[in-house]
Amino acid sequence: MFKVLDSAVPVACWSCSVGHNDSTLFCPYCSKIQPPPGGDYFSVFGLKPKLNLDLHALEAEFHRLSRKLHPDRFARAEENEKQWSLADTALLNDAYRTLKDPLRRTEYLLKLMGAKLEAEANHDASPQLGAQGRKAPSRVPADLLEKVFELNMQLEEMRAARKAGAKDPALEAELAEDKKRFDGLLGAVDVDLRAEWKAWDEGGAVEREAAQKRMAALLDRRRYLSNLVRDVNETLGA
Amino acid sequence: MQGDAPVVIPGVDGSNLVPSVVALDPIPADGGRPTITVGNTVRKALIETPERVIYSVKRLMGRDLQEIQDELKLFHFQLANDVEAGEVPCIQLGEMKFTPPEISAYILRQLKRNAERFFGAQVTQAVITVPAYFNDAQRQATKDAGRMAGLDVLRLVNEPTAAALAYGLDRAKTGTIAVYDLGGGTFDISILKLQDGIFEVQSTNGDTHLGGDDIDNLMMAIALNEIRDEHGVDLRLQPGAVQAVRKAAIEAKIKLSTDAVAYFDIELVNGGRYQREIPRAIFEQLIAPILERTAGPCKRALADAGITPEQIDEVVLVGGSTRIPAVRLLVDDLFHLAARGKKPHIELNPDEVVALGAAVQAGILAGASKTTDEMLLLDVTPLSLGIEALGGTVARIIQRNSTIPASATEYFTTGVDGQANVAIHVVQGERELATDCRSLARFDLKGIPPMSAGLPRIEVKFLIDADGILHVSALEQRSGKAAQIEVKPTYGLTDAQVEGMILDSFDHAEEDFAKSLLIQARNEAETILAAVERAPQNPAWKQLRGEEQAAIEAARDRLVQVKQSDDTVQIHEATLALDQATRHFAELMMDAAVSTALRGKTMNAAGEELDENVSAPHAMAPAEFK
Repeated sequence: MFKVLDSAVPVACWSCSVGHNDSTLFCPYCSKIQPPPGGDYFSVFGLKPKLNLDLHALEAEFHRLSRKLHPDRFARAEENEKQWSLADTALLNDAYRTLKDPLRRTEYLLKLMGAKLEAEANHDASPQLGAQGRKAPSRVPADLLEKVFELNMQLEEMRAARKAGAKDPALEAELAEDKKRFDGLLGAVDVDLRAEWKAWDEGGAVEREAAQKRMAALLDRRRYLSNLVRDVNETLGA
Repeated sequence: MQGDAPVVIPGVDGSNLVPSVVALDPIPADGGRPTITVGNTVRKALIETPERVIYSVKRLMGRDLQEIQDELKLFHFQLANDVEAGEVPCIQLGEMKFTPPEISAYILRQLKRNAERFFGAQVTQAVITVPAYFNDAQRQATKDAGRMAGLDVLRLVNEPTAAALAYGLDRAKTGTIAVYDLGGGTFDISILKLQDGIFEVQSTNGDTHLGGDDIDNLMMAIALNEIRDEHGVDLRLQPGAVQAVRKAAIEAKIKLSTDAVAYFDIELVNGGRYQREIPRAIFEQLIAPILERTAGPCKRALADAGITPEQIDEVVLVGGSTRIPAVRLLVDDLFHLAARGKKPHIELNPDEVVALGAAVQAGILAGASKTTDEMLLLDVTPLSLGIEALGGTVARIIQRNSTIPASATEYFTTGVDGQANVAIHVVQGERELATDCRSLARFDLKGIPPMSAGLPRIEVKFLIDADGILHVSALEQRSGKAAQIEVKPTYGLTDAQVEGMILDSFDHAEEDFAKSLLIQARNEAETILAAVERAPQNPAWKQLRGEEQAAIEAARDRLVQVKQSDDTVQIHEATLALDQATRHFAELMMDAAVSTALRGKTMNAAGEELDENVSAPHAMAPAEFK
């Protein structure tokens, strides 16, 4: 699933025997559905890996391909075509889900390029490799250290007050302020991320390498911040 | 489907609805096995012999012993005594016991017969709807029931999505739709985007323990308590009387949808009479907590879809319970409808709209018409799929509301040298701990080649298909060997068990019907064969090309062969094939004026179009002029 487009393997169509390269969903000659192609999620949509995407065009292509691939279109087909329709549609759906969300798209591209995200590097050598539990990274971004410490204390106070059935409007107001602040920081991360997208899309190998490192760090920071915002929301909303 | 529109097929009694009531009939005089009856005719038995009757079996499908025991507290039916933990629980009906899928199968068989009666031909395939919030076990149980009833289940469709299909048909819409489906036992809320005939579900949520039955049970409990307090009679000891009170509660509930007041008026065995007036305002107060339970799922569905109530363009109401005025008020409130000058859609019968939508989906699968060819349903899985990891936490591999089919690939290895099996526990749900989620199955990956601990790299592919059911395949990458997977469904029947439960296609009552279909098919076959016998004597025969004559002869031989069998479907198909093969010949035989009008039709159709004064049992038979 993570092979890069360039190394697509030539295959022969099962129906008309004409050769085509491995990255097509339909035979370009006889139009019959093919088994799931090699290649990455971008190639499913006929794209080279890039970060700035036209979401309208992506959706239009998703709908167009769905109409042709979906198992509902193969209800009366042969068993092999039914199987491939199922596998191809799952691939299409997985690809669309990944590419239409900016964060998932970024994570996917980094994985494609071989970069390691911190969340992966720290899993246990358990029977399951690469467990994708969305754990928060253990390392706190340096500039947030003090704020986070303070916030966690306030959250503890809040929870204790709630448990005792008491209300603390001053604390609530402070927490609401904190939430605004962290939302702002999140917004800043998103702006930086978009800038890195541009750098990656337009740059050569060296620029890309650098952009990848920065994006990995931004994603870690973002994940940390959004977990914090979530914790505040939960405590305030409870 | 009739042309482009779905139509409900009525039952023998003329009613469009078959109530989910199943009864074991009394033991016949000859002491043989009692038959099973389904639907309206059984309602009396519910009051007279309640221990032989079950209703709303959908609430028991795909559930384990513990959950069923909880559900059964609200109903009168009993679990069979000898149920083991880990096995599918059986319900005791009279002297026999049945699993919930078997009971469902009897209901499906009744629907199948109603359809066969309507078409005059066998029906072997079906599209079956399920609550959107049904989990894997509940879906699998539904498919099992279909199989037992002799139906090839082409697709399971989520009920709110089916309703959207039914509404989307005569309104070429673009927009965001919320479907609020409050049925007898389950509540679903789905949010869809409609665009150019593509129905794309954005999110779905619900409660599989919430429905009109809860309202009935509440009203029934209140009445029973009052009867006990006022008349000193605890009717709960008499299942038949309880069912009579339930019937009265349902009637009162229905009346309160249109009238401001309803009444209980029940004669008691000891000669007393329970009479009670129920004003609508009181009724609404009593059921408010039940209706309020629908608000949470609605809010979560909106959040998951990332939209506000104001962004919902249309709301569709589904399920008999949405006739209750208080429900409509709640929906209006949740989606800010009146404030925006909108009303919920209730034009289609809320009891039928799901079936109509299922028919549309069946049309899409059959490629029946150009209209349905432009429609496509993209549904989602309602619950996250996860694997139990070390420490009992859940690692989510497919998120809830992912468009299906969807897949995920995970990698596993061994912990011990030479380990040949790896066990994976798959769960569904949103909680952090596996024990708080719904256990789906344990997959044992077997046949891993012996290697040092940590060396094997087993790639496991999880695929949720278009029905929302999970499939798993595994490959040990270093050796390239596909691992055998043994699936132990946590709450479900094995394939072998389902096979053993497939219902007899016919019981005595239906043998006659089947026989008559067979006789009819054979008669039609004989008619066309007789006509084809005489064909070479007709001058038009020589106008046919060699291959056409050979094709006709081949089709005739085939029909002669299958006519001997009991297979009505095959005989019917072979008859049609011969009819098609002789179409050109039939045209040639007609005189010029008639053949101009009828060119392109088959002989059967040609026969129909001939002047009424001409009768021919078959277009190729000599016409008899009156």
